[in-house]
Amino acid sequence: MEYWLPIIYMGAMGLALLVYVILDGYDLGVGMLLPLANDAEKDTMIASIGPFWDANETWIVLGVGILLIAFPTAHGIVLTHLYLPVTIMLMGLMLRGVAFDLRVKAGDARKAMWNKAFFLGSLIASMAQGWMLGSFITGLESTTTNLAFSLLIALTLPALYLLLGCGWLLIKTEGSLLTKAIHWARNSMLPMGLGLFLVSIATPLVNPAIAEKWFSFPQFFSLAPIPLLTVACYGAIAYLLRQDNWIYRGHGWLLYAFTVGICLMASIGLAYSLFPDIIIGKLTIWESAAATESLLFTLVGVVITVPAILGYTVFVYRIFRGKAKELSYE
Amino acid sequence: MDPFVLARIQFATNISFHILFPAISIGLAWILLFFRLRFTQTGDRAWEYAYFFWVKIFALTFAMGVVSGITMSFQFGTNWPGFMEKAGNIAGPLLGYEVLSAFFLEASFLGIMLFGKDRVSNRTHLISTFLVAFGTTLSAFWILSLNSWMQTPTGYRIENGVMFVESWWEVIFNPSFPYRFAHMLLASLLTSAFLISGVSAWRALKNVDGPATWKVLRTGVAIAAIAAPIQIFVGDLHGLNTFHHQPAKVAAMEAVWETEQGAPFTAFAWPDAESRSNKYAIEIPYAASLILTHELNGEIKGLNEFEGQHPPVPIVFWSFRVMLAVGGLMLLVSWWAMYSLRGNREAGRNVLRALSLMTFSGWIAVLAGWYVTEIGRQPWIVQGIISVKDVVADHSSATVTGTLLGYIALYGFLLVSYIGALRYLSQKPAASLAMAPAGFRLPEQASNKGEV
Ligand code: HDD
Ligand code: HEM
Ligand code: HEM
Repeated sequence: MEYWLPIIYMGAMGLALLVYVILDGYDLGVGMLLPLANDAEKDTMIASIGPFWDANETWIVLGVGILLIAFPTAHGIVLTHLYLPVTIMLMGLMLRGVAFDLRVKAGDARKAMWNKAFFLGSLIASMAQGWMLGSFITGLESTTTNLAFSLLIALTLPALYLLLGCGWLLIKTEGSLLTKAIHWARNSMLPMGLGLFLVSIATPLVNPAIAEKWFSFPQFFSLAPIPLLTVACYGAIAYLLRQDNWIYRGHGWLLYAFTVGICLMASIGLAYSLFPDIIIGKLTIWESAAATESLLFTLVGVVITVPAILGYTVFVYRIFRGKAKELSYE
Repeated sequence: MDPFVLARIQFATNISFHILFPAISIGLAWILLFFRLRFTQTGDRAWEYAYFFWVKIFALTFAMGVVSGITMSFQFGTNWPGFMEKAGNIAGPLLGYEVLSAFFLEASFLGIMLFGKDRVSNRTHLISTFLVAFGTTLSAFWILSLNSWMQTPTGYRIENGVMFVESWWEVIFNPSFPYRFAHMLLASLLTSAFLISGVSAWRALKNVDGPATWKVLRTGVAIAAIAAPIQIFVGDLHGLNTFHHQPAKVAAMEAVWETEQGAPFTAFAWPDAESRSNKYAIEIPYAASLILTHELNGEIKGLNEFEGQHPPVPIVFWSFRVMLAVGGLMLLVSWWAMYSLRGNREAGRNVLRALSLMTFSGWIAVLAGWYVTEIGRQPWIVQGIISVKDVVADHSSATVTGTLLGYIALYGFLLVSYIGALRYLSQKPAASLAMAPAGFRLPEQASNKGEV
């Protein structure tokens, strides 16, 4: 138990954060794409994420929640170190969450302002999250190289979210907006690919412990599928975007699926690099784990509620399947 | 300024902002369910209209609650890392259960409640509305359980400075929890009752047409008239409970410096920390002892017995009086309005004015109440066990000042926008509201897109 519980929680936390990136990623992406659309398209874009964004954001609360429940010491250290980016992210999330509602409730005169706020909040939150991830991977040490590395991720993550956002729009929209979304997807591919490539190269460079884990034999070969599959997903996306008649025939979800594939590979890679540390090179998951009886108590809840949560999440997505129409309270 | 003080101000600012919105949404969710049920029962479109008007405000309120709540979930780590190190074994699971059992529930079914009406059956929509209301109440359950445990900790043991659980039952249902939970739910019901009747009264005064204005006003007044006296009763029980478990807090609430038998109730005073006495006091003899011990000569422990270990007196003392005053006003206004609405009469303009002045009275009482509770617990973060000073993060004061100013600016802006939107929606005549149900909709509004 004392050995396995922290591992289970580490897995659960990773999963919650991965689901967060996949789900909130698309609505943050849609937020960042907003200024590129005309007014009617803006409404449709917002309508496409309306019923989902709130639940999407709850996954980050769960991720941080698990960090707190299972690894209270690490929770304190990580969040104290990330105080500034966390604060900035929170402000971004607040601005966009509220703008989302107020753009249609505060009068037409203000709508343009709230649209900008929605864009700005999404951008700030995405960049701050990238920065947090960067600091986390470099073991929370603020050297110049590490800051540059964090900056790189702060630029890459929004690009990934943009692609997720485009993928979402390919599923949920039609007509001229769909054509625009394909165009946006083509434009965000390159920066994302470049960013991801640079991050993959830089990660082992900034963190020797990670380099050792990856570049020793025979691990190197057993790990090879991770980068290979990432490249394959990337290639598939590029191919799909060239053959856009696929998308018009209703297979646009493939783009989203392959982007999710990239996220999945990246997180497996990250998990492998981290394990068994919760703060790289400083604290293992066992050293920072909460008391076994507390972990067991929460595990009961996890086992009961997580299937239910997944169940009704699927239920909600099914109810709102299909192309986005105007949203109304009826 | 001392970063420690700044961290406290920052935490207090964030939680004060957050609580404004749950205080409305917990109660309003149940009221919406009521509107929804009335419509299903009577088929009267006015109830449907009432639902659609208020569900818009609910959605906005809920969004404000969610985004400020996400801030809260990071705050323990960014401001009080030591708290989680020492009490994480207890606080963690309680917060975890809140996320797992309540947050996902409300956030997911909110989508159906808001946008799903023409996609799901009437029954599914009703159930979703219920689940959202239930979810908000469940989150209050867990978070108040944690907060109450911090006030009256039970069911734990301490090893090497770290707290461990002995009994979950005793942790969750700790001695002050039932009172705090009941008091908070009633507070939320009162806050939303005064909000809906205040806005309706304002609409009636301004002659904004709406088929449901009077129905909503009556509902709000009726809820308030019933809940206000119960709240006062529960508040009294809550105070007795606190007297039992946190005598220093009660001494600060009543500004009693010396232990006394037959202590007077101080209606007005300036508690002076320098001289450790009250200036300009107006007192009602024996009343404090009577209220707290139910005996004329009951003993109340004075602050001097807790020197160095008691909370700052003036703010606790005054917050408590603000809450009592608002509670009393709520009782008066709601009963007066009840009386003037008797037998289906329309209330006079003075009643309407009073109600619309009271629109946000719930917020004032809620904030005052929480200041009594939280500042009254000082210097402890977990009463008698962990003091706040021991758990604070070591940020520089420049950092904390900067972020604090940022938060204050953002919150000010959001609050003004929130109230502005409320005003804007309330001014719109029913027929021009894009969300009005089919029967009320004018053709040109049917094209209003992106309506969320
Ligand atoms: C609409 C809101 C509202 C109203 C009208 C009242 N309260 Fe209250 N009160 C709250 C909202 C509130 C609150 C915000 O919900 C608090 C803070 C923590 C809690 O559980 O409830 C609170 C705390 C609180 C406490 C602090 C207990 C502690 O910290 O240990 C006491 C003693 C009372 N209340 C007593 C009263 C009395 C005697 C009232 C009669 C007029 C009253 N309250 C009206
Ligand atoms: C129920 C959930 C709540 C929890 C778990 C909680 C917890 C805390 C914690 C950890 C602190 C910081 C340590 C301290 O200064 O004591 C604090 C302080 C404070 N809280 Fe709460 N709180 C809750 C609700 C609220 C609400 C709803 C309000 C106000 C509307 C509030 C107002 C304050 C204030 C004003 C302080 C600062 C006290 C001071 O430092 O002098 N709290 N609370
Ligand atoms: C330190 C204390 C608190 C923390 C950490 C906290 C955390 C949160 C979080 C993360 C959310 C967003 C949930 C979502 O994504 O749907 C939220 C919303 C909510 N919180 Fe809090 N909260 C605190 C205090 C309180 C208090 C004191 C109450 C009420 C008694 C409360 C009641 C609610 C409710 C009902 C919601 C649902 C959203 C809404 O109604 O606006 N919370 N809270």
